[in-house]
Amino acid sequence: MTQTSSHGDTETRRSLFKISAFSVSLWLKRILLWIFPLTFLAILFFYPLSKILALTFDFNTLTSENIQLAFDVLRFTLYQAILSTLLTLLLGLPSAYLFARFDFRGKALLRALTAVPFMLPTVVVAAGFTALLGPRGLIHAIFPLSSFNFIGTLTAILIAHVFYNTTIIIRVVGNALSSLDPKLEAAARSLGADTFHVWWKVIIPLLRPSLLASSMLVFLFDFTSFGVILLLGGSKFSTLEVEIYLRILKLPNLSLAALLSVIQLLCTLIFSILYTRLVSRSTTQLAPRPTQQRPKTFQQKLFVTVFAVLLTAFFLAPLSALPFRSLFRLEADRGQRGEVQYGFTTDYYTELFVNRRGSVFYVPPIRATVNSLTYASATVILSILLGFPAAFALAKPTRLERILDPLIMLPLGSSAVMLGLGFIITYGKWLTLPWLVPFAHTLVALPFVIRTLQPAIASIPERLRQAASSLGASPFEVWKNIDFPILRRATLAAATFAFTISLGEFGATLLISRPEYPTIPVAIERFLSQPGGLNYGQAMAMATLLMTLTLASILLIEKFRLPNSGEF
Amino acid sequence: MLEIHHIFKTYEGKPLLRDISFQVDIGETVCLLGASGSGKSTLLRIVAGLEDSDAGFISFNDMDLTSTAPHLRDFGLVFQDYALFPHLNVNDNVAFGLKMRRLPQTEIAGRVASSLDMVDLTGFETRKVTDLSGGEQQRVALARALATRPRLLMFDEPLGALDRALREDLLNELRSILHRTEIPAIYVTHDQEEAFTLADRVLILHDGAILREGTPADVWANPESAFVAKFLGLGNVIDGEVLAKNKVQTQHRLFTVKCAHKHSTGEKVHVLVRPLPAEKEHVSTAPSAPLPKGYDVNANVIQGVVSDVIFQQDRFKVTFDSGIYVYLDEAPKVGQKLSVKVKVECLA
Repeated sequence: MTQTSSHGDTETRRSLFKISAFSVSLWLKRILLWIFPLTFLAILFFYPLSKILALTFDFNTLTSENIQLAFDVLRFTLYQAILSTLLTLLLGLPSAYLFARFDFRGKALLRALTAVPFMLPTVVVAAGFTALLGPRGLIHAIFPLSSFNFIGTLTAILIAHVFYNTTIIIRVVGNALSSLDPKLEAAARSLGADTFHVWWKVIIPLLRPSLLASSMLVFLFDFTSFGVILLLGGSKFSTLEVEIYLRILKLPNLSLAALLSVIQLLCTLIFSILYTRLVSRSTTQLAPRPTQQRPKTFQQKLFVTVFAVLLTAFFLAPLSALPFRSLFRLEADRGQRGEVQYGFTTDYYTELFVNRRGSVFYVPPIRATVNSLTYASATVILSILLGFPAAFALAKPTRLERILDPLIMLPLGSSAVMLGLGFIITYGKWLTLPWLVPFAHTLVALPFVIRTLQPAIASIPERLRQAASSLGASPFEVWKNIDFPILRRATLAAATFAFTISLGEFGATLLISRPEYPTIPVAIERFLSQPGGLNYGQAMAMATLLMTLTLASILLIEKFRLPNSGEF
Repeated sequence: MLEIHHIFKTYEGKPLLRDISFQVDIGETVCLLGASGSGKSTLLRIVAGLEDSDAGFISFNDMDLTSTAPHLRDFGLVFQDYALFPHLNVNDNVAFGLKMRRLPQTEIAGRVASSLDMVDLTGFETRKVTDLSGGEQQRVALARALATRPRLLMFDEPLGALDRALREDLLNELRSILHRTEIPAIYVTHDQEEAFTLADRVLILHDGAILREGTPADVWANPESAFVAKFLGLGNVIDGEVLAKNKVQTQHRLFTVKCAHKHSTGEKVHVLVRPLPAEKEHVSTAPSAPLPKGYDVNANVIQGVVSDVIFQQDRFKVTFDSGIYVYLDEAPKVGQKLSVKVKVECLA
């Protein structure tokens, strides 16, 4: 100590007053992590959003006529969303009870089946229902004389919504129900409560938080639904989303579209906040062991059988009608004369490779598949590149991250149609550029990518990085040897998420994609809106393709996702 | 030689480390002993370069390490929760640091083998680290740190998560490895047994400052403060007041305390009443029996009624109704009157 103390003193003095280099480099690191994701969002989301807001709060926009129209649209949007939610509860609650309380053969499979629609693109679901119930659908082909009209009705919209969202009720309420301590029920019975009172006084009050939270989530999805309403209901059912779309493309009035999308965004935000509040309150008293049993009494057996069959039929029918209809000719093609060959055909698929004169495209329809895959790949690369740094920063949140987190997630709350509107208003002159589409898709996919990566990154103990560092690994080597290998699965899951979202994205793409660069969903929409059996058949073929691609992706995500990573 | 110069660190506005300076010589093991929250882990992280100090600096062989990145310091670090890489097997965990140093394959293989041999894990090379027991995992972590032959080893409560028997085994193994390799080491723990077993020198940390520094024997013999005496459980720490030179009045009695400090009359002091009797024959069970011959009234004799007797393997812990305890070879009865001559030291 003594021989070093002389120069040690000056060093001490220097070090005593040094500004901590550590905190400076910490800030530098945070800035480096955030600069690209934030710049991206600023240019493609917040700036367009500000343009929409500017357009909205204009004297020419806020006329009594516009406000009256917006009010009517909002009222119908709420009306159909409430109706859809109630119907979803009607099917969802008994189903939740079925899955929570009973064990039966094929249960896991049926549960998975009910979850499939939730992840399918809206165009696929819409196509599935037209394949089943549409004027050219299977039911109509089997009973040709029935004059019932399904497509273009509110019923179609409501049923599709139920089809979509029942899984939410099954998951949330079912989980709460199965984790409810059965001793509570026994206690109530021993105190003299009959079945009705057990449910009304004990079980339902305990389930209330999860009931409210799941209903709110279903309502939110129904409120923002676009593809299903446009494709199954038609433009006469003007919800906020559909009306925005119409006011952009069909009856152009951009300022009205802006006003509607601001209303839409505000509503979504309010409902999201309500949902978050409800979720934070939905803690149920847990019974760790499962309470399922095989049905014993006759009533139980009847209930389980009837409901299992009903659910299987309801969820399987549209999903299987679609591929079936894409392979069977049930009617003559447009302009086709002479004998029509009914029955099995691969024409609808082979026709996708032909560039016919007078068809709806300037290119062979299969190009839509190529476009979609190209856009999806670009979306994967872009959203992973932007998502990784943001997820890294959010995994170790400081005060900065707590402010930025809701901002990053905001695109999730705004509708796809609104994103498209923002692009059109702000970057209208660049809309001829095909690569604008993957940017829009990235905007939609980024929150999902971040939410997939963030828990995985946070799950890596800081100690591992410190241990690696103390063993001589540079920061890059730490990332290469520790973070990356551990995150490989999560990265693949996030990439597949982005890929799937891009493949199925409908609202924004419909507005900003160029006619000569259609994606699969846009192509399906165009085929469906054209007359003729061949166009319809091709829509079925493309929707089947998209469904297959999406299902393959879902399987991949399930394979890669860590069992403990969060849900959305 | 590692030197730590005047380290200061605050955490959320509160001082965590206050002017910490010490050094670690070649082949020396220094134990930082302190309760949780005393700042000892933070100090390790500062030495490792994983955290920066507010003031002060670390040097090794007279070279200031302030601007040296953690991965270039060549200091091994062993964590309480092992921090093994879950995606690598035992072999790849141990080889990690060697690969970072870009050593040739044959050299890596040889060093991994000898490190695993040192911790008795030969044959575990291809096992998954997540399948190992806690003790085995900590051995792998130790082998991983040893394989790079670091110029300093640091241990952050490495045995804290293990059960008692395993802890003793590993402690002895660690002791012999540290002696054999002569790698200087800093060992952080809250367990005094661990510290006294391993340490060439013990540093007792309290409220971010070094309260006492010395060899285990020295610290044991002269705790020098009430806190250290209490923390190490050396005996009864009693408040008192200086009456005259070498005379301290306490609530129990007047003690005669030889002490090198200069105290003024009326000064508040602490005295340590060691629980071992001064001499065996100085225990008397006769209530009114006169003290043995040759002992004046100034002798430090504790008198009182026994309120509790606890069996402790080779002795009995006997507590008086006054709260003072002593260790005796034979168990008196509860309620019995007893007088014991004790050693009393001044803690200043």
